[in-house]
Amino acid sequence: MSLDTTSSPHIHSGIHITGMMMRVCLALVPAIIAYTWFFGWGLIINIVIAITTALCAEAMMLKIRQRPIAPFLTDGSAVVTGLLLAFCIPPLSPWWITVMGAAFAIIVAKQLYGGLGYNPFNPAMVGYVMLLISFPLEMTQWVPPNIVNQLGVSFVDTLNIIFTGNFPYLLSIDALSMATPLDTVKTELGLNVTVTEIVRGNAIFGDFAGIGWEWVSNWILLGGLWLIYKRIITWHIPLALMGSLFVISFFFFMVDPDIYLSPMFHLFGGATILAAFFIATDPVSASTTPWGRIYYGIGIGVFIYVIRTWGSYPDAVAFAVLLMNMAAPTIDYYTQPRVFGHSGKDASIKDTTIKDTTGEGP
Amino acid sequence: MRRLFQFRGGVLLKEHKRDATAQSVQPATLPKRLVLPLQQHIGEPAEPIVAVGDKVLKGQLIAKPMSFISAPVHASSSGTVVAITEHPVSHPSQLNAVCITIETDGQERWKERQQAVADYHQLPPEKLREMIRDAGIVGMGGAGFPSHVKLNPGQKAVDTLVLNGAECEPYITCDEMLLRERALEIIVGLRIMRYALQAKRCIIGIENNKAAAFHALQEQVRNTGADFIEVVQVPTVYPTGGEKQLIHVLTGKEVPAGGLPLDIGIVCHNVGTAYAVYRAIEFDEPLISRFVTIAGSVARARNLEVLIGTPIIDLIKECGGNPSTLSRVIMGGPMMGIALHDESIPVTKVTNCILVNATISDVPLASKGSFAMPCIRCGNCAVACPVDLLPQQLYWHARAKDFDKVQDYNLFDCIECGCCDYVCPSQIPLVHYFRFAKTEIWAQQQEKILADAARERHEFRELRLERDKREKQERHKAKRAALTANPKTKAGDSKDSAADAKKAAIQAAMKRAQAKREVNNIPPKNIDNLTADQQRKVDEADRRRSDDQAETKVKATPQTTNQANTQSKNSTAQDSSQ
Ligand code: SF4
Ligand code: SF4
Repeated sequence: MSLDTTSSPHIHSGIHITGMMMRVCLALVPAIIAYTWFFGWGLIINIVIAITTALCAEAMMLKIRQRPIAPFLTDGSAVVTGLLLAFCIPPLSPWWITVMGAAFAIIVAKQLYGGLGYNPFNPAMVGYVMLLISFPLEMTQWVPPNIVNQLGVSFVDTLNIIFTGNFPYLLSIDALSMATPLDTVKTELGLNVTVTEIVRGNAIFGDFAGIGWEWVSNWILLGGLWLIYKRIITWHIPLALMGSLFVISFFFFMVDPDIYLSPMFHLFGGATILAAFFIATDPVSASTTPWGRIYYGIGIGVFIYVIRTWGSYPDAVAFAVLLMNMAAPTIDYYTQPRVFGHSGKDASIKDTTIKDTTGEGP
Repeated sequence: MRRLFQFRGGVLLKEHKRDATAQSVQPATLPKRLVLPLQQHIGEPAEPIVAVGDKVLKGQLIAKPMSFISAPVHASSSGTVVAITEHPVSHPSQLNAVCITIETDGQERWKERQQAVADYHQLPPEKLREMIRDAGIVGMGGAGFPSHVKLNPGQKAVDTLVLNGAECEPYITCDEMLLRERALEIIVGLRIMRYALQAKRCIIGIENNKAAAFHALQEQVRNTGADFIEVVQVPTVYPTGGEKQLIHVLTGKEVPAGGLPLDIGIVCHNVGTAYAVYRAIEFDEPLISRFVTIAGSVARARNLEVLIGTPIIDLIKECGGNPSTLSRVIMGGPMMGIALHDESIPVTKVTNCILVNATISDVPLASKGSFAMPCIRCGNCAVACPVDLLPQQLYWHARAKDFDKVQDYNLFDCIECGCCDYVCPSQIPLVHYFRFAKTEIWAQQQEKILADAARERHEFRELRLERDKREKQERHKAKRAALTANPKTKAGDSKDSAADAKKAAIQAAMKRAQAKREVNNIPPKNIDNLTADQQRKVDEADRRRSDDQAETKVKATPQTTNQANTQSKNSTAQDSSQ
């Protein structure tokens, strides 16, 4: 009689990595649609390029490292990396920019460190920073909102632009591109123009941040909240990140609204929301204890503000995340929760609500 | 209304409890053979006092405990002892253990039972504990700690006796059915236990998915007018049935790490134990049967009243399971139960459930063994952990065999509830790693103890050799001194007297040693050439003596008492062998 004798527990919630990663992707779909609405087909094409590259790079590296290919290729982590990277690349960038970024993210930042679960840095951010440093020009050629619609740049046109560099109607990248709102503010502040004047003098600024960007941010926020609701991520990092950024920017804004941007602009103007819900929450490179996640989020928020305001890069999300990635293991060490039955003050802020893991939940 | 305190973490599980609670509990068919393991409890195995070929009666003592932390075993039915050999038992590492096999004669002839105790209040608590010990009662919730030990508060005052009817694992319904069908008996048992513990009040904790059981119990409490008993519904969250978790939910108090509930004035027993105590005190019935849930892929999932020692295959057949398609049989629940390696394994005192082929369609089974992904540090496990550990860190260090680090991360607070495992998206068999680390650490500690003992022995030997050498030299010196002193008569008087004094002292010492040796040489008892029966009586007396000794010692440290016992046993053995 041979009976199966694996050790307990004998049941599992059925939640696995692929499911989690796919939900992360799903949460970004509304934002992708909004982005396409304002900025054209570029993002979608970039997403396809980035994901394809990421998967190919992953497969190649798994083969070289002699790891099982199927389970790791289908875990969805490379897809998420590709997706997030595509979000950070200007929509009309030439294809090789995206390919290089995605390949670098997977090969260097992920696989060379040991693959899934072992990468100390967020792969998408490593890829992005590499691109930003190597191709500063290409990486700042963003598209102003609505212009592609007004000019009637079609899907095929976009494909053409990305793959061959041929612009329709004798346009050029210079005609189609401009700096991001944050970039604009940064440059003009350097020219001693006040914030109010900058915002009034540029058509790209919307109600509280950049037109288009603010709407994309809203949809990202919605997707992020859904992820919290589905318990794919916890509230700690997003709240801490946005909270700290809000507090610090509010303080300086109060001090002098002419040279410091408003908190709303900081939250919705750049990649803050994307970072708070989708980038900083990458489990592998983030802090893993409840309190640790709060400190980690606060740290990113502070770094974002510092680098944006006094540093030389307009959007500081990637650098802030990478800096805190380095600190994560140390933070984890010093923020262990108080174990049940141990004395000492209760330092744990874990959710007391219980996870609905029956699979019957919403 | 009592204020409840939820512990952090835990998981919600599908209950799967409806099938087995649809019909009332019936006695299981008498099996042809009963297999009774000598160790069904935490502590030392019992020693058999029957031989192959002996006829035994239902309820007869067939193996007796040899130390304080142990429990006797009784024949669950009348018949003949046909084997005392190793037999597969339920054990996490699939070991075999010595069992007494009885071929039943189908007559169910009882041993002679004492008169019912008219009023247990007339008896001192010690007497009740003794009766409970003699009935072989152990914690029936799964741990199997001898109940008489847990009913002995020692010097400590017990405020609350918690009766655990939470039963939080899926599928298991034996406690629920017991509560529904034997509510009054449980209340009586609870009162006996309260009396034994001299506890102020009692709380019965029941998960809020067992309304029928709750109401049955509440009604009986009302009828008996026992205002010191409170029946409380607790939220249905796994693992509320854990002793420390239930205490926390009911009282808000945390049992200190490494401590006992008794340290905070609380004692917790299972409802099944209360019922067994009732049977033992009121009917002089030892623990020979219990409620068992048979669930999973069987045609008629249900609860049966099963004789201890019944092979599980008999029960599976009785409930319409197909013996030829068995692939996985779990004793206990799906979260903490043991996957059995053999279908002939018997039901023991702690068996609450038999889960047949738990590859049940609606519960995705961890594809463990096949392929676990790396830990992605998502922290799901830490959120689910009811004792607030960081399983991801434990796993990291356990895998690296860094046993100091795992202890830094409080490995030994892990209750092996399996919540972390259950939610891990990488399907890492975390609990497996934790068990492995614990076993390794225990083994290392054991080794260290042995090594220390060896070193001490060695050092002692060195010391003795040294001393012998010194004494020899001194003797020589004394002799030489005597020789040289003799010729010189008067002048050496004072010296002489000094030497004499020395000599006298040496002689006195030798005499003392001689006397001691003689005492030791006298056989302490005339125990040679005894008949088996006499031997048994002597042993019995011995055991009582040592138990009494043990019982006067502090109960809160059962380990040391246990050790002391074995030590004293060893030393008597040495004495008589001299
Ligand atoms: S649940 Fe699993 S994957 Fe997630 S942190 Fe814990 S061990 Fe790692
Ligand atoms: S098995 Fe241990 S580590 Fe895992 S959840 Fe239970 S107590 Fe925590």
